[in-house]
Amino acid sequence: MSLEIGILELSYLIASIAFIIGLKRLSHPEKARSGNILASVGMGLAIVCTIVFHDSVGIENKNLWLIIGAIVVGLIAGWYIAMKAAMTDMPQLVSFYNGMGGICAALISLIELPHYMHTNSFTGDLNTGFMLAVLLGLIIGSVSFSGSIVAWAKLDGRLGDVRSQAMSIVNLGILLALLGAIFYIMQMNDVKGFEDISMYIYLLFGAAIIYGILFVLPIGGADMPVVISLLNSFTGLAAAMGGFLYDNLAMLTGGILVGSAGTILTILMCEAMNRSLLNVIIGAFGGGGSSTKGQDGDKIVKEITLTDAGISLSYSSKVYIVPGYGLAVAQAQQICKDLTKLLEDKGVEVKFAIHPVAGRMPGHMNVLLAEADVSYDRLVAMEDANSEMASTDVIIIVGANDVVNPAAYDDPGSPIYGMPVIQALDAQNVIVIKRSMSFGYAGIDNNLFYHDKTRMLFGDAKEVLNSLSSEVKMN
Amino acid sequence: MEFIQPVLDYVVMNKEFLFMIILSIFLGVEVISNVPAVLHTPLMSGANMIHGVVIVGAIIVMGSAESTSALVLGFLAVVFGTLNVVGGAVVTDRMLEMFKKKKK
Repeated sequence: MSLEIGILELSYLIASIAFIIGLKRLSHPEKARSGNILASVGMGLAIVCTIVFHDSVGIENKNLWLIIGAIVVGLIAGWYIAMKAAMTDMPQLVSFYNGMGGICAALISLIELPHYMHTNSFTGDLNTGFMLAVLLGLIIGSVSFSGSIVAWAKLDGRLGDVRSQAMSIVNLGILLALLGAIFYIMQMNDVKGFEDISMYIYLLFGAAIIYGILFVLPIGGADMPVVISLLNSFTGLAAAMGGFLYDNLAMLTGGILVGSAGTILTILMCEAMNRSLLNVIIGAFGGGGSSTKGQDGDKIVKEITLTDAGISLSYSSKVYIVPGYGLAVAQAQQICKDLTKLLEDKGVEVKFAIHPVAGRMPGHMNVLLAEADVSYDRLVAMEDANSEMASTDVIIIVGANDVVNPAAYDDPGSPIYGMPVIQALDAQNVIVIKRSMSFGYAGIDNNLFYHDKTRMLFGDAKEVLNSLSSEVKMN
Repeated sequence: MEFIQPVLDYVVMNKEFLFMIILSIFLGVEVISNVPAVLHTPLMSGANMIHGVVIVGAIIVMGSAESTSALVLGFLAVVFGTLNVVGGAVVTDRMLEMFKKKKK
């Protein structure tokens, strides 16, 4: 055994250890950043060693520069896109990069299969673990790719929810067909070369892409984080299949690790929303919600002037702010912090009530407010905030909707019934800053807006908060 | 018994892999079981970067590519894999940067 293979395998071992420790550190707030860096360094080591010791894994010199070229292209593009994106766009970016990993795994299968079937080691027997890994890598990678791209488009507002009863039936059909096709291909006899099965492989590829699209399309936008987490673990599995193909332990451990950690993370996210994974996938948001529709007509919203709102805030002793996606979109986190400062100078206690899934991702609001320099101890988790609601004079809801919808606890017919929410109505007064009366991401009405305690301030969150600050300043 | 024999052969032939897979599954569960909700998104993003290890496979498959189609697809696979790794790492870092302890 040559020295090169030894060093290469050692680098993979080190990379695997870096992934494990990195992931472990990522689950502690103080160590998280170092965890990410450690895992990245491990990844870099594995990539560099694969290229440097290319002879031992059979890479030809003539392809080497193309590989390095491709890495440079990916490096620049990946860096540029990630640095240029606003913090509000991070969720869809995670989805986009996940999709890239998925298609990468699918392409590996698409290239490796014809290559393998032309080599001498191919005996004509398709009923092998190798074949299973190739097919699973192709299917899982493709589903993850198309699903992630749809999730990206939805979060980016390029695509709405598309629902139909027929879709789930079609999807179940495709899933069964995909599984059937795996068995069919593996049982095939008299296969001389790739040409004999190429048609099946391309059909499999196409069907998997369609499955991914149909899988994500009907799922409500509010559930997108869960879906992305699930697709993330899919890509992990697809990467692990690649590890099986090449006897590559870094790919295998890295992929499986993400696959299992991703699955657990998906379940944890579902728990934070008090829903089951099955419920999310089947899409309960699509069906129900009839009870909220029937009672339209006599609902009246009451607006408040900026001056009144300013006075009401200035003479409160305790104010809670509930940030939502509207705040993120308007980039209003900084002005939110300024308003906090002004009120505090007047002796008002100001805190932020953070719903676990406010915004588009768990932790999204924490990240945004931290960006605006709001100190960590001012961010209050939902449960603790709810217990303080009764002693709160004014609660300001900035661009949040579903996470404060009282239907979650008083309307058993509502699709979000059972989801924990911030109980804004327990506060003395409610001020809602909102662009329009449109529905939240779950696509359902919110009775909070029509309540006696509630006053509306319509407009862009940033502009409204700005004017509100000037009013507070004058008092 | 005809169906069982191939399955058993599989298990014997790939026993190292099977052990590795089972242990990694438990490890993955164990490693993140106590994560606070605030870190869900960065953790997902960090895991997203880790499965970018698929790029190693892309490099290997690209290395032995001969036909033009394989070269083109391989090139794309390496680009996509790099995007996954670099993008995942940068996005995660940018998110975590926000959690830095602020000095007063």
